Amino acid sequence: MSLSFLLLAVAALCALSFYFGRQRAVALSGGRYSNLHSLPAHYGTYVALWCGLPALLLLFVWHTFQGSVIEAMIIADLPAEITSDSGQLSLALNSISLIAAGNGQHLTVSPEVVDAGRRLANLQSIANAALIVVMLCGAVIGVSLSYRKISPELRARNNVERISRWVMIACSAIAILSTVGIVFSLLFEALHFFSKINPLEFLFGLEWSPQTAIRADQVASEGAFGAIPLFVGTLLITVIAMCVAVPVGLFSAIYMGEYASPKFRAVAKPALEILAGVPTVVYGFFAALTVAPFLRNNGAILGLDVSSESALAAGLVMGVMIIPFVSSLSDDVMSQVPKSLRDGSYGLGATKSETIRHVIFPAALPGIVGAVLLAVSRAIGETMIVVMAAGLAANMTVNPLQAVTTVTVQIVTLLVGDQEFDSAKTLSAFALGLVLFLVTLGLNVFALKVVQKYREKYD
Amino acid sequence: MTDMASLMEDRAAAKVISDKMHKPVDWDSPKIARNIKKRYAAERRFKIYGLSAIGVALLALFVLGFSIVSKGYSAFFQTYIQLEVHFDPAEIDPDRTGDPAVIGKANFDGLIKQSLRERFPEVTSRRDRRDLYGIVSGGASYDLRERVMENPNLIGQTRKIWLISGDDFDMLNKGYIDAEVDESSRRLNDQEIGWYNALVEDGAVEKQFHARFFTSGDSREPELAGIWGAAVGSFYTLLVTLALSFPIGVLAAVYLEEFAPKNRFTTIVEVNINNLAAVPSIVFGLLGLEVYLNVMHLPRSAPVVGGLTLALMTLPTIIIASRAAIKAVPPSIRQAALGLGASPVQTVTHHVLPLAMPGILTGTIIGMAQALGETAPLLMIGMVAFIVDIPGGALDPATVLPVQIYLWADSPERAFVEKTSAAIMVLLAFLILMNGLAVYLRKKFERKW
Amino acid sequence: MAAVSQSAMTAEPSVASPKMTARDLNLFYSDNQALFDVNLDIVERQVTALIGPSGCGKSTFLRCMNRMNDTIDGVTINGKVTLDGRDIYDKRIDVVQLRARIGMVFQKPNPFPKSIYDNVAYGPRIHGLVNSRDELDEIVMTSLERAGLLKEVKDRLQSPATGLSGGQQQRLCIARAVAVSPEVILMDEPCSALDPIATAKVEELIDELRSNYTIVIVTHSMQQAARVSQRTAFFHLGKLVEVGETDQIFTNPKDDRTKGYITGRFG
Repeated sequence: MSLSFLLLAVAALCALSFYFGRQRAVALSGGRYSNLHSLPAHYGTYVALWCGLPALLLLFVWHTFQGSVIEAMIIADLPAEITSDSGQLSLALNSISLIAAGNGQHLTVSPEVVDAGRRLANLQSIANAALIVVMLCGAVIGVSLSYRKISPELRARNNVERISRWVMIACSAIAILSTVGIVFSLLFEALHFFSKINPLEFLFGLEWSPQTAIRADQVASEGAFGAIPLFVGTLLITVIAMCVAVPVGLFSAIYMGEYASPKFRAVAKPALEILAGVPTVVYGFFAALTVAPFLRNNGAILGLDVSSESALAAGLVMGVMIIPFVSSLSDDVMSQVPKSLRDGSYGLGATKSETIRHVIFPAALPGIVGAVLLAVSRAIGETMIVVMAAGLAANMTVNPLQAVTTVTVQIVTLLVGDQEFDSAKTLSAFALGLVLFLVTLGLNVFALKVVQKYREKYD
Repeated sequence: MTDMASLMEDRAAAKVISDKMHKPVDWDSPKIARNIKKRYAAERRFKIYGLSAIGVALLALFVLGFSIVSKGYSAFFQTYIQLEVHFDPAEIDPDRTGDPAVIGKANFDGLIKQSLRERFPEVTSRRDRRDLYGIVSGGASYDLRERVMENPNLIGQTRKIWLISGDDFDMLNKGYIDAEVDESSRRLNDQEIGWYNALVEDGAVEKQFHARFFTSGDSREPELAGIWGAAVGSFYTLLVTLALSFPIGVLAAVYLEEFAPKNRFTTIVEVNINNLAAVPSIVFGLLGLEVYLNVMHLPRSAPVVGGLTLALMTLPTIIIASRAAIKAVPPSIRQAALGLGASPVQTVTHHVLPLAMPGILTGTIIGMAQALGETAPLLMIGMVAFIVDIPGGALDPATVLPVQIYLWADSPERAFVEKTSAAIMVLLAFLILMNGLAVYLRKKFERKW
Repeated sequence: MAAVSQSAMTAEPSVASPKMTARDLNLFYSDNQALFDVNLDIVERQVTALIGPSGCGKSTFLRCMNRMNDTIDGVTINGKVTLDGRDIYDKRIDVVQLRARIGMVFQKPNPFPKSIYDNVAYGPRIHGLVNSRDELDEIVMTSLERAGLLKEVKDRLQSPATGLSGGQQQRLCIARAVAVSPEVILMDEPCSALDPIATAKVEELIDELRSNYTIVIVTHSMQQAARVSQRTAFFHLGKLVEVGETDQIFTNPKDDRTKGYITGRFG
């Protein structure tokens, strides 16, 4: 029983309830709708809502918990020697789910696991069947209760509107929920990580090599989780990107806003916006396959040793990506400088560039600082370009010709492929994610405040 | 009366000054003339800075576009090799059953190898033969099988057939492998290039439009890999994203713009929306990994999880655009409807939303375009797996176009570079289409109140 | 009185040796004509007031006199405006220099978001009028003193100009204009955003400045025109209706429209 089929079934039930609810209201009205408090369609909607909402709510709750509950049940039945070791447990759970899906023929596992696999398949089919029954029950109860309530006096419209209001509030609350979700999922795993690794060592350690032993018998280093090299790498690439994006973006905005003819603007502005719409993976490809080789070859001519994955390539391309962001934000900001200031400057005989440099730019500076901070936060959080062009080596260097790694690159590397939610290696990604989230959040909040204050000043 | 007093004082002071006689500036003095010249030079310089900034940006755009098109256009064509294939009944259907099941199991690969051996009888050593078989792609046997299944009369005949070539020979034909460089530093040795040249002399090498690129899923063999699987994955992912983010986003926007009282809840929601819009996308990936996979146990690599994750990312875009569109509907319309006795909800559904819909749709399309190009969060939730099959639904393992691009960009084969560029061209074409649609909608329904 | 023309329309508003003149000046905002054949002379070291109902073109005319309309797209001007006999719309005239010679003070005080000192020093700095810091200091002090502001701000020259009161800001803008030693100062309703006391101060100041500068002031208030100006020009619907000695315009206007406006029957 697939999810989409269930949803379709609920939708069909809702349509039916709407029809019957409406019919009943029409019948009760005795042909004159003015006898009813609300329009017949409101009665139909009223019943349909009572049909669909409980069913969907149940579906959502069920799906949220089904997996964890069944897993807990399976684990409870497994012998202690498997459950005591977390590595073995996750391996066993993996096999169990394979067996349950009918793909476990080639596995050589203990009979308990095979049994558990069968049980899992069993439980899953029971759960799915139960879900359908529960949803149907919810829908039927909702429909019958609401259907019986229909009477000419029932304030169906008000009821429907009240419900829709709550639905709307719930939709708005999703914004809060996702922030809470982000904070909790990051915090939960990060705390897990910090119980294994000292937070101070993480924040101030100078060595990063998370490749710990996956299997216990492997002889491998302990793994070092000092994130400073990542922060340095991130910062280095961000600085390079800003060196490209800020002057180019700012001057583009100035030229567009102050000098360009409408015709020129009509062509150049959308062209700049295209730069903003190009997916980051495309920039990554461009950085790795066009810019990096170009830099390496030209570096060789100049006698410079540019590594094939250099901070410079990633930073330059990231800068290009951020140009339209800086230019449109600073364009906004500068166009908000009141015309009277321009007039004052022109009235004194200042040229355009003098007016821009001495009057408009200083007046817009707070807003521009805000825009640049937003751009910095973008650069810090950018992932694909650095993943594809910056490299993995956690070098502690500020030489832009060398390969560095960044916070986002490490998150991707640590989480693509095998994930072990009990090893510091996997968990460290969440700790990095938490740092990334907090830093970008801080930058954004601060930048938005600066920009807002600036706007208020000239409103 | 202090004001009056200070006025008098000022007046007295001003009198003193005016005695100091006003000396006009000599605007024709050489010093001033020099200064003016300098200022105009600075003005010109400044203008040039601005122009060159735009030039840099446009140049970057041009180089980006050029490098992708020049690397990628050749992927839309594929080298085919013409071979004389003998459809040996003994190999295909020894008992002459005509049963498709039997024919389907036949060793078509062997037929191709046989014809290659016949074409180049001088090749005898095992190693050389293995090189020789590389001329034709491993996927050619499937094509051959299909051909025979469709037309069983072929069995027993000998036909000249165009077969898809191996990726290295394709690269050679497209000029990406330089026969002039030292043998050790190229993918094909002299002997292989000799075979290729012999085939070219026969007129047995040809470039054909590479339809397979658009119709097949991923493959380890560049010449067999296509974007259809990723495109379908993108489609399901976006479907889920749209189904969630559009209704939720619009309802939230309506609530915030039309109904929400100015209270703490509303403020918190607004702050959250603004901040979510600036949270790095990879963080949403971490959220998806933790909540959807670890807590809710949804299937890994499935478009439904990708869609759920991207929906959260797109939500702020849609809410912000929808709010702007709703705000642009003039209050007079609302007052007119309310004045006729419509309830606030009726006012919104009958009047405000229809009028705001073009703006909302524009914002939604732009949000979808962003989601279509998004890669990083999908890597977190396992949509980065190597998946050959075309996904049949939102719960099947799948990948999406940008992730496919990432995967191919990582592949070492030279032939994947052109595939990657071509996939980028397809992705960009979709994005241009979507943004073009958004611009068209905005232009068409733009209304000045 | 003798210099005043008797003609009802725009003919012969000329005086013996005008500082500035406008001849047959027409101005269009794309397709709308805003000024019609304006002929006006500005007398040196006098205050000329431009009055008229809103939208009559008096501010537009003022902005023609230092080519501020150049900064607006879609404006076309024909006719002639001269300063000391030279056409300011001549191609060889440098607009940057022109605006330094013809300063301007705007409706709303518009100090730059800089310190008081830097506001006044801005003009001399960009025009390269000074060679040393001392010279600049002197210009700033003199200008502030001329604008009657020095006493109020001399202890806080480095504090931001935006912190001054509205009247102080407007006098700062006057000081800023004076600092480049202009020959003519154009004032576009300089007191419209000020309270009565600040207005009185600015009016006093205008009267003082008259001894050194030629001043053209656009005003909404007829009382102000009567108080500060020696000559008054009345604009109506983009046309210059009447110009003459202020006393004469206010006591014995020649044109019925002027009379109507001055006696408050329209406006």
